[in-house]
Amino acid sequence: MTDLDIEPTDTVDARGAACPGPLMDLIGRVRSASPGDVILLLSDNDQSLTDVSEWVDETENELLEVDETDDDYRFYVEVA
Amino acid sequence: MTERIAILGGGTGGTVLANGLADRLAAEIDAGDVEVTLVNDDPDHVYKPVWLYVPFGQRELADGRRPLRELVDSRIDLVIDRVTEIDTEGKRLELRDTPDALDYDYLVVATGSTLAPDEVPGLAEGGHDYYSESGALALRDDLLSMTEGHLVVSVVGTPHMCPAAPLEFAFMADDWFRERGLREDVEITYTYPIGRVHGNPHIGEWAEPIMEERDIDVETFFNADSVDPDAKTVASMEGTEINYDVLVGVPPHRGVDVVADADLGDRGWVDVDKRTLEAERAEDVYAIGDAATTGVPKAGSVAHYQAGVVGERLASEVRDRPATATYDGKTLCFIETGMDAASFVEFDYENAPSPAPPSEKLHWSKLAYNESYWLTARGLL
Repeated sequence: MTDLDIEPTDTVDARGAACPGPLMDLIGRVRSASPGDVILLLSDNDQSLTDVSEWVDETENELLEVDETDDDYRFYVEVA
Repeated sequence: MTERIAILGGGTGGTVLANGLADRLAAEIDAGDVEVTLVNDDPDHVYKPVWLYVPFGQRELADGRRPLRELVDSRIDLVIDRVTEIDTEGKRLELRDTPDALDYDYLVVATGSTLAPDEVPGLAEGGHDYYSESGALALRDDLLSMTEGHLVVSVVGTPHMCPAAPLEFAFMADDWFRERGLREDVEITYTYPIGRVHGNPHIGEWAEPIMEERDIDVETFFNADSVDPDAKTVASMEGTEINYDVLVGVPPHRGVDVVADADLGDRGWVDVDKRTLEAERAEDVYAIGDAATTGVPKAGSVAHYQAGVVGERLASEVRDRPATATYDGKTLCFIETGMDAASFVEFDYENAPSPAPPSEKLHWSKLAYNESYWLTARGLL
Protein backbone atom coordinates (compact mmCIF):
# COMPACT_ATOMS: atom_id res chain seq x y z
CA MET A 1 0.00 0.00 0.00
CA THR A 2 1.38 3.42 -0.88
CA ASP A 3 1.28 6.69 0.95
CA LEU A 4 -1.47 7.69 -1.45
CA ASP A 5 -3.47 4.60 -0.54
CA ILE A 6 -4.03 3.76 -4.19
CA GLU A 7 -6.18 0.73 -4.96
CA PRO A 8 -5.09 -0.67 -8.34
CA THR A 9 -7.66 -2.03 -10.76
CA ASP A 10 -5.17 -4.53 -12.13
CA THR A 11 -1.61 -5.68 -11.39
CA VAL A 12 1.09 -6.58 -13.88
CA ASP A 13 3.85 -8.63 -12.30
CA ALA A 14 6.88 -8.22 -14.56
CA ARG A 15 9.49 -9.06 -11.96
CA GLY A 16 12.28 -11.07 -13.51
CA ALA A 17 11.58 -9.75 -17.00
CA ALA A 18 14.41 -8.18 -18.97
CA CYS A 19 14.08 -4.80 -20.56
CA PRO A 20 11.79 -3.72 -22.23
CA GLY A 21 9.54 -6.50 -20.96
CA PRO A 22 8.06 -4.65 -17.98
CA LEU A 23 7.09 -1.58 -20.01
CA MET A 24 5.71 -3.73 -22.82
CA ASP A 25 3.68 -5.75 -20.32
CA LEU A 26 2.30 -2.47 -18.96
CA ILE A 27 1.48 -1.17 -22.43
CA GLY A 28 -0.26 -4.43 -23.26
CA ARG A 29 -2.45 -4.11 -20.19
CA VAL A 30 -3.18 -0.43 -20.84
CA ARG A 31 -4.40 -1.37 -24.34
CA SER A 32 -7.24 -3.39 -22.87
CA ALA A 33 -7.95 -1.17 -19.83
CA SER A 34 -10.72 1.38 -19.40
CA PRO A 35 -10.23 5.10 -18.74
CA GLY A 36 -9.72 5.66 -15.02
CA ASP A 37 -8.30 2.21 -14.37
CA VAL A 38 -5.14 2.15 -12.30
CA ILE A 39 -2.54 -0.43 -13.34
CA LEU A 40 0.10 -1.46 -10.83
CA LEU A 41 3.32 -2.57 -12.52
CA LEU A 42 5.84 -4.57 -10.49
CA SER A 43 9.35 -4.58 -11.92
CA ASP A 44 12.79 -5.35 -10.53
CA ASN A 45 14.58 -3.91 -13.56
CA ASP A 46 16.29 -0.54 -12.96
CA GLN A 47 15.75 0.46 -16.57
CA SER A 48 12.00 0.53 -15.89
CA LEU A 49 12.50 3.71 -13.86
CA THR A 50 13.42 5.48 -17.08
CA ASP A 51 11.32 3.51 -19.55
CA VAL A 52 7.99 3.76 -17.73
CA SER A 53 8.15 7.45 -16.88
CA GLU A 54 9.32 8.37 -20.39
CA TRP A 55 6.52 6.40 -22.00
CA VAL A 56 3.84 7.79 -19.70
CA ASP A 57 5.07 11.30 -20.55
CA GLU A 58 4.44 10.53 -24.22
CA THR A 59 0.84 9.61 -23.53
CA GLU A 60 -2.09 11.10 -21.68
CA ASN A 61 -1.84 8.43 -19.01
CA GLU A 62 -0.60 9.49 -15.59
CA LEU A 63 2.11 8.03 -13.37
CA LEU A 64 0.50 8.46 -9.95
CA GLU A 65 3.25 7.02 -7.81
CA VAL A 66 6.49 5.04 -7.89
CA ASP A 67 7.34 3.04 -4.78
CA GLU A 68 10.67 1.35 -4.23
CA THR A 69 10.80 -1.69 -1.97
CA ASP A 70 13.75 -3.90 -1.11
CA ASP A 71 12.82 -6.26 -3.95
CA ASP A 72 11.14 -4.23 -6.67
CA TYR A 73 9.72 -1.01 -8.04
CA ARG A 74 5.97 -0.38 -8.01
CA PHE A 75 4.52 1.91 -10.65
CA TYR A 76 0.90 3.09 -10.39
CA VAL A 77 -0.37 4.25 -13.77
CA GLU A 78 -3.82 5.74 -14.30
CA VAL A 79 -5.20 5.09 -17.77
CA ALA A 80 -6.46 8.16 -19.64
CA MET B 1 11.17 -49.17 -15.53
CA THR B 2 11.57 -47.11 -18.68
CA GLU B 3 11.96 -43.36 -18.24
CA ARG B 4 9.92 -41.54 -20.89
CA ILE B 5 10.99 -38.11 -22.11
CA ALA B 6 8.59 -36.22 -24.36
CA ILE B 7 9.68 -33.16 -26.32
CA LEU B 8 6.89 -31.00 -27.62
CA GLY B 9 8.00 -29.04 -30.69
CA GLY B 10 10.49 -29.80 -33.46
CA GLY B 11 12.01 -26.36 -33.98
CA THR B 12 15.59 -25.50 -33.14
CA GLY B 13 15.30 -26.18 -29.40
CA GLY B 14 13.34 -29.42 -29.68
CA THR B 15 15.42 -30.86 -32.48
CA VAL B 16 18.79 -29.99 -30.95
CA LEU B 17 17.60 -31.42 -27.64
CA ALA B 18 16.34 -34.65 -29.21
CA ASN B 19 19.63 -35.23 -30.98
CA GLY B 20 21.58 -34.27 -27.90
CA LEU B 21 19.66 -36.81 -25.80
CA ALA B 22 20.14 -39.47 -28.47
CA ASP B 23 23.85 -38.92 -28.08
CA ARG B 24 24.01 -38.56 -24.30
CA LEU B 25 21.64 -41.40 -23.53
CA ALA B 26 22.49 -43.73 -26.40
CA ALA B 27 23.30 -46.65 -24.11
CA GLU B 28 20.15 -46.22 -22.01
CA ILE B 29 17.95 -45.85 -25.09
CA ASP B 30 19.48 -48.93 -26.73
CA ALA B 31 18.92 -50.90 -23.52
CA GLY B 32 15.26 -49.84 -23.38
CA ASP B 33 15.73 -47.90 -20.15
CA VAL B 34 14.92 -44.54 -21.73
CA GLU B 35 12.51 -43.53 -24.49
CA VAL B 36 12.67 -40.10 -26.11
CA THR B 37 9.73 -38.95 -28.20
CA LEU B 38 9.69 -35.79 -30.28
CA VAL B 39 6.23 -34.54 -31.25
CA ASN B 40 5.79 -31.97 -34.00
CA ASP B 41 2.71 -31.07 -36.05
CA ASP B 42 4.69 -30.52 -39.25
CA PRO B 43 6.82 -33.22 -40.90
CA ASP B 44 9.35 -30.50 -41.74
CA HIS B 45 11.80 -28.66 -39.55
CA VAL B 46 11.65 -24.96 -40.38
CA TYR B 47 14.66 -22.64 -40.08
CA LYS B 48 13.05 -19.23 -39.77
CA PRO B 49 16.10 -16.94 -40.20
CA VAL B 50 15.94 -17.68 -43.94
CA TRP B 51 12.75 -15.60 -44.11
CA LEU B 52 14.63 -12.32 -43.58
CA TYR B 53 16.22 -12.75 -47.01
CA VAL B 54 13.10 -13.87 -48.89
CA PRO B 55 11.56 -10.38 -49.36
CA PHE B 56 14.77 -9.21 -51.05
CA GLY B 57 14.68 -12.16 -53.47
CA GLN B 58 17.85 -13.64 -52.01
CA ARG B 59 16.49 -16.88 -50.57
CA GLU B 60 13.54 -19.17 -51.19
CA LEU B 61 11.19 -20.60 -48.59
CA ALA B 62 12.36 -24.10 -49.49
CA ASP B 63 15.84 -23.14 -48.25
CA GLY B 64 14.41 -23.07 -44.73
CA ARG B 65 12.66 -26.46 -44.73
CA ARG B 66 13.96 -29.99 -44.36
CA PRO B 67 12.17 -33.18 -43.29
CA LEU B 68 12.53 -33.72 -39.56
CA ARG B 69 13.08 -37.43 -40.14
CA GLU B 70 16.31 -36.63 -41.98
CA LEU B 71 17.56 -34.47 -39.13
CA VAL B 72 16.58 -36.47 -36.08
CA ASP B 73 18.59 -39.44 -34.79
CA SER B 74 16.95 -42.81 -35.38
CA ARG B 75 17.00 -43.45 -31.62
CA ILE B 76 14.28 -40.81 -31.25
CA ASP B 77 10.62 -41.70 -31.71
CA LEU B 78 9.30 -39.03 -34.03
CA VAL B 79 5.56 -38.43 -33.89
CA ILE B 80 4.02 -36.13 -36.46
CA ASP B 81 0.82 -35.07 -34.77
CA ARG B 82 -0.64 -32.14 -32.91
CA VAL B 83 -0.86 -32.17 -29.14
CA THR B 84 -4.35 -31.11 -28.11
CA GLU B 85 -3.96 -31.24 -24.34
CA ILE B 86 -1.09 -31.17 -21.87
CA ASP B 87 -2.06 -32.85 -18.62
CA THR B 88 0.77 -32.03 -16.24
CA GLU B 89 -0.98 -33.74 -13.31
CA GLY B 90 -1.51 -37.03 -15.14
CA LYS B 91 1.76 -36.56 -17.08
CA ARG B 92 0.21 -37.24 -20.44
CA LEU B 93 -0.26 -35.59 -23.81
CA GLU B 94 -3.45 -35.99 -25.81
CA LEU B 95 -2.90 -36.11 -29.57
CA ARG B 96 -5.21 -35.04 -32.39
CA ASP B 97 -4.67 -37.94 -34.78
CA THR B 98 -3.43 -40.68 -32.46
CA PRO B 99 -6.01 -42.43 -30.28
CA ASP B 100 -3.61 -43.35 -27.49
CA ALA B 101 -2.32 -40.56 -25.30
CA LEU B 102 1.42 -40.16 -24.86
CA ASP B 103 2.50 -40.69 -21.25
CA TYR B 104 5.69 -39.07 -20.06
CA ASP B 105 7.93 -38.88 -17.02
CA TYR B 106 9.63 -35.69 -18.18
CA LEU B 107 8.22 -33.13 -20.59
CA VAL B 108 10.10 -30.41 -22.45
CA VAL B 109 7.96 -27.68 -23.99
CA ALA B 110 9.64 -26.26 -27.08
CA THR B 111 6.59 -24.93 -28.87
CA GLY B 112 8.03 -21.61 -29.99
CA SER B 113 6.15 -18.48 -30.99
CA THR B 114 3.05 -17.84 -33.05
CA LEU B 115 1.93 -14.56 -34.58
CA ALA B 116 -1.09 -12.63 -33.34
CA PRO B 117 -1.62 -9.81 -35.89
CA ASP B 118 -5.35 -9.82 -35.10
CA GLU B 119 -4.60 -8.12 -31.78
CA VAL B 120 -4.08 -4.89 -33.74
CA PRO B 121 -7.06 -3.98 -35.95
CA GLY B 122 -6.12 -3.79 -39.63
CA LEU B 123 -2.58 -5.09 -39.19
CA ALA B 124 -3.18 -8.45 -40.89
CA GLU B 125 -4.81 -6.74 -43.88
CA GLY B 126 -2.57 -3.70 -44.14
CA GLY B 127 0.85 -4.99 -43.18
CA HIS B 128 3.31 -7.68 -44.16
CA ASP B 129 5.90 -9.45 -42.10
CA TYR B 130 8.94 -11.64 -42.59
CA TYR B 131 8.06 -13.72 -39.53
CA SER B 132 6.02 -16.25 -41.48
CA GLU B 133 6.28 -17.97 -44.83
CA SER B 134 3.13 -16.35 -46.21
CA GLY B 135 4.16 -12.95 -44.88
CA ALA B 136 7.63 -13.14 -46.40
CA LEU B 137 6.20 -14.04 -49.81
CA ALA B 138 3.60 -11.25 -49.75
CA LEU B 139 6.25 -8.79 -48.65
CA ARG B 140 8.56 -9.92 -51.45
CA ASP B 141 5.85 -9.19 -54.00
CA ASP B 142 5.31 -5.68 -52.64
CA LEU B 143 8.97 -4.89 -52.15
CA LEU B 144 10.11 -6.08 -55.58
CA SER B 145 7.57 -3.81 -57.24
CA MET B 146 8.33 -0.80 -55.04
CA THR B 147 10.22 1.94 -56.85
CA GLU B 148 9.12 4.93 -54.81
CA GLY B 149 7.11 5.86 -51.73
CA HIS B 150 7.25 5.28 -48.01
CA LEU B 151 8.44 2.02 -46.48
CA VAL B 152 7.54 1.78 -42.80
CA VAL B 153 9.16 -0.87 -40.61
CA SER B 154 7.10 -0.97 -37.44
CA VAL B 155 7.76 -3.11 -34.40
CA VAL B 156 4.22 -3.55 -33.16
CA GLY B 157 4.67 -6.15 -30.48
CA THR B 158 7.46 -7.31 -28.22
CA PRO B 159 8.69 -9.80 -27.27
CA HIS B 160 9.09 -11.06 -30.81
CA MET B 161 11.33 -13.56 -32.54
CA CYS B 162 14.89 -12.41 -33.23
CA PRO B 163 14.86 -8.95 -31.65
CA ALA B 164 17.60 -7.72 -33.99
CA ALA B 165 15.70 -8.59 -37.16
CA PRO B 166 13.72 -5.31 -37.47
CA LEU B 167 17.00 -3.38 -37.36
CA GLU B 168 18.45 -5.76 -39.90
CA PHE B 169 15.45 -5.38 -42.19
CA ALA B 170 15.65 -1.57 -42.08
CA PHE B 171 19.41 -1.59 -42.75
CA MET B 172 19.08 -4.14 -45.55
CA ALA B 173 16.20 -2.27 -47.19
CA ASP B 174 18.21 0.96 -47.09
CA ASP B 175 21.19 -0.70 -48.75
CA TRP B 176 19.06 -2.67 -51.21
CA PHE B 177 17.26 0.41 -52.50
CA ARG B 178 20.53 2.37 -52.52
CA GLU B 179 22.30 -0.26 -54.63
CA ARG B 180 19.44 -0.15 -57.10
CA GLY B 181 19.52 3.64 -57.35
CA LEU B 182 16.06 4.01 -55.80
CA ARG B 183 16.87 5.21 -52.31
CA GLU B 184 16.20 8.87 -53.05
CA ASP B 185 12.68 7.92 -54.09
CA VAL B 186 12.01 5.58 -51.16
CA GLU B 187 11.60 7.06 -47.71
CA ILE B 188 12.20 4.61 -44.85
CA THR B 189 10.77 5.00 -41.35
CA TYR B 190 11.45 2.69 -38.42
CA THR B 191 9.13 2.71 -35.41
CA TYR B 192 9.69 1.16 -31.99
CA PRO B 193 7.38 0.96 -28.95
CA ILE B 194 9.75 2.45 -26.37
CA GLY B 195 12.08 5.46 -26.25
CA ARG B 196 14.94 3.92 -28.26
CA VAL B 197 15.32 1.79 -31.38
CA HIS B 198 15.90 -1.52 -29.61
CA GLY B 199 14.86 -3.03 -26.30
CA ASN B 200 18.44 -3.57 -25.18
CA PRO B 201 19.89 -0.11 -24.43
CA HIS B 202 23.39 -1.09 -25.61
CA ILE B 203 22.18 -2.30 -28.99
CA GLY B 204 19.85 0.71 -29.24
CA GLU B 205 22.71 3.13 -28.63
CA TRP B 206 24.77 1.39 -31.28
CA ALA B 207 22.04 1.29 -33.91
CA GLU B 208 20.56 4.77 -33.60
CA PRO B 209 23.54 6.69 -35.09
CA ILE B 210 23.67 4.22 -37.98
CA MET B 211 20.04 4.96 -38.71
CA GLU B 212 20.68 8.67 -38.66
CA GLU B 213 23.70 8.30 -40.93
CA ARG B 214 21.67 6.20 -43.37
CA ASP B 215 18.77 8.65 -43.40
CA ILE B 216 16.33 6.15 -41.86
CA ASP B 217 13.68 8.15 -40.02
CA VAL B 218 13.01 6.97 -36.49
CA GLU B 219 9.76 7.20 -34.56
CA THR B 220 10.09 5.97 -30.99
CA PHE B 221 7.28 5.59 -28.43
CA PHE B 222 5.15 4.31 -31.27
CA ASN B 223 2.79 1.53 -30.18
CA ALA B 224 0.69 0.76 -33.22
CA ASP B 225 -2.93 0.76 -32.18
CA SER B 226 -4.62 0.30 -35.53
CA VAL B 227 -3.89 0.11 -39.23
CA ASP B 228 -6.20 1.46 -41.93
CA PRO B 229 -5.42 -0.63 -45.02
CA ASP B 230 -7.53 1.60 -47.30
CA ALA B 231 -6.10 4.92 -46.19
CA LYS B 232 -2.68 3.26 -45.73
CA THR B 233 -2.10 4.75 -42.33
CA VAL B 234 -0.92 3.33 -39.04
CA ALA B 235 -1.94 5.05 -35.82
CA SER B 236 -0.29 4.73 -32.43
CA MET B 237 -1.55 4.69 -28.85
CA GLU B 238 0.53 7.83 -28.34
CA GLY B 239 -1.55 9.74 -30.89
CA THR B 240 0.84 9.66 -33.88
CA GLU B 241 -0.28 8.68 -37.39
CA ILE B 242 2.04 7.62 -40.21
CA ASN B 243 1.22 7.19 -43.90
CA TYR B 244 2.78 4.24 -45.64
CA ASP B 245 3.01 2.66 -49.05
CA VAL B 246 4.47 -0.61 -47.79
CA LEU B 247 4.10 -1.52 -44.12
CA VAL B 248 6.44 -4.10 -42.64
CA GLY B 249 4.79 -4.83 -39.31
CA VAL B 250 6.33 -7.06 -36.68
CA PRO B 251 3.12 -8.45 -35.20
CA PRO B 252 2.44 -9.28 -31.56
CA HIS B 253 3.58 -12.77 -30.66
CA ARG B 254 2.09 -15.44 -28.43
CA GLY B 255 2.95 -18.96 -27.45
CA VAL B 256 0.66 -21.77 -28.59
CA ASP B 257 -2.88 -22.35 -27.33
CA VAL B 258 -2.26 -25.80 -25.90
CA VAL B 259 0.38 -24.34 -23.57
CA ALA B 260 -1.92 -21.46 -22.62
CA ASP B 261 -4.69 -23.98 -21.85
CA ALA B 262 -2.31 -25.92 -19.58
CA ASP B 263 -1.81 -22.75 -17.53
CA LEU B 264 1.96 -22.98 -17.56
CA GLY B 265 2.25 -19.20 -17.92
CA ASP B 266 0.70 -16.21 -19.66
CA ARG B 267 -0.10 -15.97 -23.39
CA GLY B 268 1.10 -19.49 -24.10
CA TRP B 269 4.59 -18.90 -22.72
CA VAL B 270 5.94 -21.06 -19.89
CA ASP B 271 7.09 -19.46 -16.64
CA VAL B 272 10.45 -21.03 -15.83
CA ASP B 273 13.35 -20.69 -13.47
CA LYS B 274 15.65 -18.75 -15.76
CA ARG B 275 18.72 -20.82 -14.81
CA THR B 276 17.37 -24.37 -14.46
CA LEU B 277 14.64 -23.86 -17.12
CA GLU B 278 12.23 -25.89 -14.97
CA ALA B 279 8.59 -24.85 -15.26
CA GLU B 280 7.37 -22.99 -12.21
CA ARG B 281 3.78 -24.23 -12.39
CA ALA B 282 4.27 -27.98 -12.97
CA GLU B 283 6.54 -30.81 -11.89
CA ASP B 284 9.02 -32.50 -14.23
CA VAL B 285 8.38 -29.99 -16.99
CA TYR B 286 11.05 -27.90 -18.68
CA ALA B 287 10.68 -25.22 -21.35
CA ILE B 288 13.28 -24.01 -23.83
CA GLY B 289 13.56 -21.49 -26.63
CA ASP B 290 10.83 -18.99 -27.44
CA ALA B 291 8.34 -20.81 -25.21
CA ALA B 292 10.35 -20.15 -22.04
CA THR B 293 10.07 -16.77 -20.33
CA THR B 294 13.69 -16.31 -19.39
CA GLY B 295 13.81 -12.67 -20.44
CA VAL B 296 16.52 -13.31 -23.04
CA PRO B 297 15.79 -12.92 -26.76
CA LYS B 298 13.54 -15.34 -28.58
CA ALA B 299 16.38 -16.47 -30.81
CA GLY B 300 17.74 -19.69 -32.25
CA SER B 301 21.04 -19.41 -30.40
CA VAL B 302 19.17 -19.23 -27.11
CA ALA B 303 17.13 -22.33 -27.94
CA HIS B 304 20.34 -24.11 -28.96
CA TYR B 305 22.16 -23.35 -25.71
CA GLN B 306 19.12 -24.05 -23.56
CA ALA B 307 18.68 -27.42 -25.29
CA GLY B 308 22.22 -28.31 -24.19
CA VAL B 309 21.46 -27.38 -20.60
CA VAL B 310 18.18 -29.30 -20.43
CA GLY B 311 19.75 -32.28 -22.19
CA GLU B 312 22.41 -32.41 -19.51
CA ARG B 313 19.86 -32.02 -16.72
CA LEU B 314 17.60 -34.73 -18.09
CA ALA B 315 20.51 -37.13 -18.48
CA SER B 316 21.35 -36.53 -14.83
CA GLU B 317 17.75 -37.01 -13.75
CA VAL B 318 17.19 -40.32 -15.52
CA ARG B 319 20.45 -41.55 -14.01
CA ASP B 320 19.26 -40.52 -10.53
CA ARG B 321 22.01 -37.97 -10.14
CA PRO B 322 21.57 -34.34 -9.09
CA ALA B 323 20.98 -32.09 -12.10
CA THR B 324 23.55 -29.32 -11.92
CA ALA B 325 23.66 -27.78 -15.40
CA THR B 326 22.30 -24.24 -15.58
CA TYR B 327 21.69 -21.70 -18.32
CA ASP B 328 23.64 -18.45 -17.98
CA GLY B 329 21.63 -16.42 -20.48
CA LYS B 330 24.11 -16.93 -23.32
CA THR B 331 22.90 -15.36 -26.54
CA LEU B 332 24.72 -14.97 -29.86
CA CYS B 333 23.42 -12.91 -32.71
CA PHE B 334 24.68 -11.69 -36.06
CA ILE B 335 23.11 -8.38 -37.07
CA GLU B 336 23.04 -7.52 -40.77
CA THR B 337 23.80 -3.83 -41.30
CA GLY B 338 23.27 -3.93 -45.05
CA MET B 339 23.42 -6.36 -47.94
CA ASP B 340 27.13 -7.03 -47.49
CA ALA B 341 28.05 -6.10 -43.91
CA ALA B 342 27.06 -7.35 -40.48
CA SER B 343 27.80 -6.92 -36.80
CA PHE B 344 27.85 -9.52 -34.05
CA VAL B 345 26.82 -9.55 -30.39
CA GLU B 346 27.32 -12.01 -27.58
CA PHE B 347 25.86 -11.52 -24.11
CA ASP B 348 24.37 -13.27 -21.11
CA TYR B 349 22.57 -12.53 -17.85
CA GLU B 350 25.62 -10.79 -16.40
CA ASN B 351 27.35 -9.28 -19.41
CA ALA B 352 25.82 -6.66 -21.71
CA PRO B 353 26.18 -6.81 -25.49
CA SER B 354 28.82 -4.75 -27.25
CA PRO B 355 28.15 -4.85 -31.01
CA ALA B 356 31.24 -5.53 -33.13
CA PRO B 357 32.14 -3.04 -35.89
CA PRO B 358 30.20 -4.04 -39.01
CA SER B 359 32.27 -5.88 -41.58
CA GLU B 360 31.92 -7.93 -44.74
CA LYS B 361 33.59 -10.83 -42.92
CA LEU B 362 30.80 -10.92 -40.31
CA HIS B 363 28.19 -10.78 -43.05
CA TRP B 364 29.69 -13.85 -44.71
CA SER B 365 30.00 -15.49 -41.31
CA LYS B 366 26.27 -15.07 -40.86
CA LEU B 367 25.49 -16.50 -44.29
CA ALA B 368 27.93 -19.36 -43.68
CA TYR B 369 26.28 -20.15 -40.36
CA ASN B 370 22.86 -20.12 -42.01
CA GLU B 371 24.14 -22.88 -44.31
CA SER B 372 25.81 -24.86 -41.55
CA TYR B 373 22.74 -24.50 -39.31
CA TRP B 374 21.60 -27.91 -40.47
CA LEU B 375 24.58 -29.36 -38.61
CA THR B 376 23.34 -27.57 -35.49
CA ALA B 377 19.91 -29.12 -35.93
CA ARG B 378 21.56 -32.52 -36.18
CA GLY B 379 23.37 -31.86 -32.92
CA LEU B 380 26.80 -31.73 -34.57
CA LEU B 381 27.69 -28.03 -34.30
